This record gives sequence, structure tokens and C-alpha cells, in this order.
Amino acid sequence: MENKDTKTSLFKLSRRDFVRLGAIGTSGLLLGVPIACSGEKHEMLLGKADAILAPNLFVSLSGTGEVTIFAHRSEMGTGIRTSLPLIIADEMEADWNKVKLVQAQGDAKYGDQNTDGSYSVRMFYQPMRIAGATIKTLLLQAAAEEWMVDVSECKAENHEVIHSSGKKFGFGYLAERASKLPIPEAANLMLKSPEDFKFITKKTSIYDLEDIVTGKAVYGLDVNIPEAKIAVIKRNPEAGAGIIDFDSKDALNIEGVSKIYQMEAGGFPLEFDKPVGGIVIIAKNTWTAIKARDAVKVNWKKGVNSNYSTNDFLAEMSQTAQKKGKAKRTQGNINEALKNADKIVKSDYLVPHFAHSPMETPCAVAHYKSDGSCEVWGPVQSPQWVRGAIAGALELPEEKVTVNVTLIGSAFGRKSKPDFMVEAALISKEINGPVKLLWTREDDIQHDFYHSICAQHLEIGIDQSNKVNSWLHRSIFPPIGGTTSVSEKEASIGELCMGVLDMPYEIENISCETNEAKTQIRIGWVRSVANINHGFAIGSILDEVAITRGVDPIENALELLGSDRNIDFDSLVDGFSNYNEKVEEFPCNTSRLRKVIETVKEKSNWGKTMPKGQGMGFAAHRSFLSYVACVVEVEVNDKKEIKIPMVHYVVDCGTAVNPDRIKAQFEGGASFGASLALKSEITVKNGAVEQENFNNYLVARITDAPYNTEVHIIESDEKPTGVGEPPIPPFIPALCNAIFQATGQRIRQLPIKLV
Amino acid sequence: MAIFQLDINNQKMEVDCAPDMPLLWCLRDELVMTGTKYGCGKALCGACTVHVDGEPVRSCSLPISSIENKKITTIEGVGMKTLHPVQKAWIEADVPQCGFCQSGQIMSAIALLNKTPNPTDDEIDAAMSGNICRCGTYVRIRKAIKSVAKNNL
Repeated sequence: MENKDTKTSLFKLSRRDFVRLGAIGTSGLLLGVPIACSGEKHEMLLGKADAILAPNLFVSLSGTGEVTIFAHRSEMGTGIRTSLPLIIADEMEADWNKVKLVQAQGDAKYGDQNTDGSYSVRMFYQPMRIAGATIKTLLLQAAAEEWMVDVSECKAENHEVIHSSGKKFGFGYLAERASKLPIPEAANLMLKSPEDFKFITKKTSIYDLEDIVTGKAVYGLDVNIPEAKIAVIKRNPEAGAGIIDFDSKDALNIEGVSKIYQMEAGGFPLEFDKPVGGIVIIAKNTWTAIKARDAVKVNWKKGVNSNYSTNDFLAEMSQTAQKKGKAKRTQGNINEALKNADKIVKSDYLVPHFAHSPMETPCAVAHYKSDGSCEVWGPVQSPQWVRGAIAGALELPEEKVTVNVTLIGSAFGRKSKPDFMVEAALISKEINGPVKLLWTREDDIQHDFYHSICAQHLEIGIDQSNKVNSWLHRSIFPPIGGTTSVSEKEASIGELCMGVLDMPYEIENISCETNEAKTQIRIGWVRSVANINHGFAIGSILDEVAITRGVDPIENALELLGSDRNIDFDSLVDGFSNYNEKVEEFPCNTSRLRKVIETVKEKSNWGKTMPKGQGMGFAAHRSFLSYVACVVEVEVNDKKEIKIPMVHYVVDCGTAVNPDRIKAQFEGGASFGASLALKSEITVKNGAVEQENFNNYLVARITDAPYNTEVHIIESDEKPTGVGEPPIPPFIPALCNAIFQATGQRIRQLPIKLV
Repeated sequence: MAIFQLDINNQKMEVDCAPDMPLLWCLRDELVMTGTKYGCGKALCGACTVHVDGEPVRSCSLPISSIENKKITTIEGVGMKTLHPVQKAWIEADVPQCGFCQSGQIMSAIALLNKTPNPTDDEIDAAMSGNICRCGTYVRIRKAIKSVAKNNL
């Protein structure tokens, strides 16, 4: 449904947009001077520099032949700023070297801009193709008219329209004439056949590559407003608990400190788009602000979560998981089946809170101006949400708020929440001037929207004929929704559809259950969300089941998949959530899952003999509509140090738009998974996070991450699906299963601690 | 506050700041050289790596008063006219994802290769383990370093 709205609304261009595109398309070029490469009318390559063909919001062409594409999704490392524009360029038959990217501001006219949930390519593949095909169609028609030939005799290729006789026009030359033609209906456009793709399914390097390696790329705090003050905030260790009083006398004595004041904030739950607040320190530079923050003395209030301690809570959730919960998917009769089972494999799995800890901490530049408007710059995944949240906080109409999106120094879901941008806007209004707000690493680690802590209990029954006949899965974790509302007391269906309720194995008796767990700290979505927990538990217990049955783990998984079919989850689960897509459009197809498993078996040389202290582990998981199988090879030495020499991934993500960036997501995903499995853990005591920086919130370094990661992409013409998040869920259990093979130690709690 | 004479990327520069201000904030706030990044402020992540007299150092923890008369090189100072071989190798291997840590990674890699033109895996680990990449580009970082090393042979 969202797709349809997007398609219809995207192609309306207002007069203002047209003017703005014109200004951008010709910037830096000689205006109004016709540039022609040859006097021959049939060989004109360029037209008037100020000619502009802009048939939709995303792409325009100037008389100079320069193509401007608006990148409307945020770049946080996935390559999306390149991968959507290259789809336009491909359909348009543009020369990629003549394409200039402009990062779009946050504006509803672009449709969905929330770069989150691994759906950018899935949602915009078709609209981008239409945008490119539209402009190509207009150029073909313009050439045909000028030559007075039938359009079918013309083709577009490498920034030119070529007639069957060999004569040609450059795109630039045709821009003016094409701009006067009526825009064709999307339904009448001819899209390219996959075999004609020039960029799609081929490798395109990211647009910002050279700027990155030379230090020129602009991230949040690199935006330079000369008069901007610097702000940092001293925050209550228990988020949302408030302030009794504070003493800023010593801090104000530090040269360069201009103001210290209290930013009011709401109590818990704090929501996603409201400030955490605290004592704001304004100074002329960052170092002074940080020093002054240390000098401020604050008496913090205790809040509603001052008894929250993760050790106790995990034990409590574990107890809850032993009891019958609220069933959200039921097939057959689980009690009867387990009672009659020959063997039951029973296991509990515990996962801690994790922090996103993006390399660039949250940060923002804001300028509240005297005319009552506010302009902000920042590394944001969801610029429209930022716009609305700032408008709300400053009580401005949205039109008065301008949100500029910088490159994002990674995010993993953190920077989809607008809280830090709202803080900066509020500070700018308070000081009546521009400000840069820095969240220090300590702020970031102690005041994140954490991955939810989770306890799971599984019981898998095996009957007398050695067949798996029953599947009981209880997953208990505080919901993300509890960050906005106290009435959200248990995991949502959407969260449970990340692994629990969409379990694909063909088993007769199934019960998938959850129960209440209170959200007592800001909880958010971290790369692959609840799939982290559920992939770990399911991938691990299947290995135990295989061993109990005496069957190879890959053969076990293939057998449990059962018949090749599209699983009718809508009839199995009330309110089934298929990553916001209809099950008919993006079915869970067991033959695609089977294919990635069979392929990883082959590619990894599965079953090869491993020396002592080494092991291979397997897991497969469908998430964000993509199918992924993973084999991890591990080495454990006498000191119990874990090395990962090799990871094999096989992914079916439909049409692979930019395969090298897909591979990069999987290479990086394995490293992210290694952090979660081996290193990272957020613990909370008396409402306060105990970790503070990379000294005690540990993440994978070059020595911990996999030494090599091989990624095999299944060739497919199916619709493209997610690649940012799907690498994580199967990696962790595959690693744990490899460790079991290497050491005999079964991992049931993250992070992994070998004894 | 005091005036400090600095030699950054072969240019003499003068800044007026607190003696304990770390070089990172001097570069970013005072000199508007933003290629060097803040990641942790405690010399734990390597995002702020620059060279002082050719040695890789974490500029977030290096007071400005300690580096007068020393030669400082930042990411802006390598490959000013043409790209440095390490930068070229980074492009060739398509190393960056988000790119935020890569200034620091490249500075650490250049320092390593200057000293050890053909490093072993262990030497790469030792030189690069102070640089965190949350996107997990480590496999390609190693590959890029090795490709430069190969050309050094």
C-alpha cells in the first residue's frame, strides 16, 4: 500500500522545485551559452546550459548534459546514496560520470525517507526505474521529433540518443526540446530487461569514495557554521529521572563558557523524539564545554526505574519463560505432543542489552533564526521525523523547519530517532544563535535506545521414529513500544514476527508464546532487532536437535523445511507482520531458503575434517524478506581465545542491485555479529548503565572480526529485498555451533564466555 | 589561553587556545580541519589518528602544549596533490562503508607501511587493532594494506 502511495505522489513537481532544480543543474557553468560539439545538426551533444529537463522530483538533465539526481535516503554506510541513483541512471542510459548527486532535505514530497528496516531498495526499486525511464522516453521522443523519424528507430545509449542510421544527439542537446513534451504515464513506459542492465546487478563504487579517503566527506559535526557555539549536556545516569538542583559556579569560571542551564525533559518513558535533557553547557569550543561539564555538580533525582538492574531482571524473565505464556501461534497440540515425545531437547537462551555505538556519536548542528525558522544539519536516518519533531518542540509549522542530511558515520538504527536533533534545536532557540551539539561517547553508550534484553525457552520434541514433531518457543523481552507508552507491556506481534512467529519449519505441533516484561530503559531497534535473539535461539537449538537425532545439522534443517511451499502465515498468525509487505507479494518461500542452505553447504565444503580446536557451524534465517545461510569456521586455542578464520554466506535478496555493496553489508554484518556474540554487553544497575566507553563496552576489532568472509549471492530476477540487517541473525548461532564443534561447549548466553 | 606555533601538513599555523586542549579539538574547532574525527575522546577507537613526527597518535588525547615544534600530518596532508598509494588502495578495494573511521584507519595504515613495507598479518593486527570500524570493513582494510605491500616489494 505504501508503495502505491509513494509511486503516485513522487512524480508531481511544483513550480518551486522546478526553479530549484534549475539552479542546481546549472551551477558553476556558463549560463545561457549554447555549447555545441560540432556544427552538424545531427551530431549535437550539448544544448543551452540553462535548459533543464526535470520531469520528476528525483532526476533532472541540463543542457550541458549534467544529470542531477536527488538522493532522498540517508547514507549510513550501506551505499544507498549510490544504489538508488544508479537505478535511475541505468534506466535513463546515463553516463554515471555525468551524474551529480544532491542529498535531499527532509520533505514529505519525496515519499518515505526513513532509511531504516532494510527496505530502501525494496520500496524504491520500481519508482527509481520509472523516474529513469521517464526521462529517457522524453529524450527519445525529442530526438525523433527533431529528426522527424519514428521513435522506434531511436535508442538511448551512454548519454546519447542514436538513430538507426547512426546519427546521434547528446542528452544535453535534447534537454530543452524534451522539457516541452508532456510527461508520459508511468504505465506506458518500457522498462529495461535485466539482460540489458548496465549498472543494476553490476558493481558501482560509492559516490563519496574519494571524499572519504581524503577526509573531505561531511558528517554531522563537520558542517561549519563559523559563529556556532558548542553544547554538551550532563545527563542523569538514570534516563528521565530529572534534577533536584545543580551548581555551575566553578564551571562558569572556565574561560570560554557562556551559559549553563537546565533543559527540562519529560519523565520515563522518554519516547524517541523527545530530549533526554539535563544540564546544558554552552562554550566557545568543544574542549571547554567538556571540561565545564565535568565541573558542574548536580543532585540527580531518582526516577521510576531506579531499581532496574539487568542481572535481576534477566533472572526474572528466565522464570517467566518457564511458565506457559500467551500463545501467538498455535498448531496441533503442543502439550500432548511433548508429553508423548520420545526425546525433548530443552534449552534457555539469554541475550543482554546492546548499544548501537555508531562510530560517529549522535550530533547535530542547529540554527534557530530571528525570523522564527529553524535550520538543522545532522546525521539522521529519518529527516521527516526530525522535521516534525522539531516543529513540535519549537511550536513551529513544519515549513519553518529545514532538515539537511549529512553523511552518517554509521547508525544501525540509532539515528532514526530524532531525540538529539530536537535537543540541538531547543538549545539554539535558548541561546538565540547557531549551535553544535556533541553527544560524547559516554552519552552515547549510557543513553542509547538499547537492543532489548531477552530470555527464551524452547522445547523441541522428537518422536519414536526420530522425527521432530513439536516446537515450543517462548520469547520474553521488554517491547520497543514501552519506550513511548507504559501500556506496551509485552513483545508486539511485529517484534515476534522477527523469528518466532515466522518460524518456517514444517512441524505438526507448534506453540509460540510470549509474556509480560516491563520496559525500564529506552529500548530501540538495533540492526536486525529481535531477529538477533530469535536467530540465536532457533539456530542454536536446531544444532542440538540435529545432534540428538544423530543427523547432520544441514540435513536436519533441510528435512525440517518440509515441502517446497509459500507459507500462509496470514492464516497461522493473527495480524502477521511481514516487514510491512503483503505475504502474497513477498511470500516466505521454503524453496528459496532451501536453495541458500544447499548452496552454503557446497560453497563452504561443509563436513570437511577440522583439526582439534577448530569447528564449523551452520545456521539459516529469513529476515527482512531475504534468505540467508551461513557457515562459520572457528578456532579456539588453549587460552580459550576465539578466532574466526572464515565465514561463508549465501544470500537470496532477489535482484542484487549493487552486488559489491551487498557483499560489503555481509562482510560488515559478520563483524557486527562478532561484536554481539563475543564482546558487547550493556548492564544496568539501579537504573544506570554501567559501561561508559570502548574500554568496557567492547566491540570487534580487526583481531576479533572474521579474517575472511565469502559472500555468494543467488542470481535472481525476483523483487529486491533487504541486505543491511539479514547478515546478523544466522551469524551468531553459526558461530556458537562452530564453537560447540570445536570445544564441546554449548553457548546459551551472549556474550560468549568460554569456561 | 596561550599562543601555540604548530607545523601541520608542512604549514606553519598559530592557534590561541588552552594548553590542555587536545590536538583533535584544535584541528576541528580552531583550524576547521574536519577530516580527523571524534570517536571516543579516550584514545580507545583510533578515529582521530594523526601522525606526530611520523608516529601514529590519537589526537583526542594529545594536549596541544606537548606538540609544539613537532611535525603533524593529518588526513588532509596525505596525498595533497595526488592520492597516496594507501588512499588509492582503499579506493581500489572499495574499503569504506560509512567512511567515518577511515581517516584514522588510513593514517594508521600509512604509519605501518612507512615502517614495515611488507607487514605480516600479526604486524597488521598490532598496528590496526587500535582502530575500530563499526561497519566492519576489516577484511578489506587488510586486503588494501596487503595490496600496497605487494607493490612495495
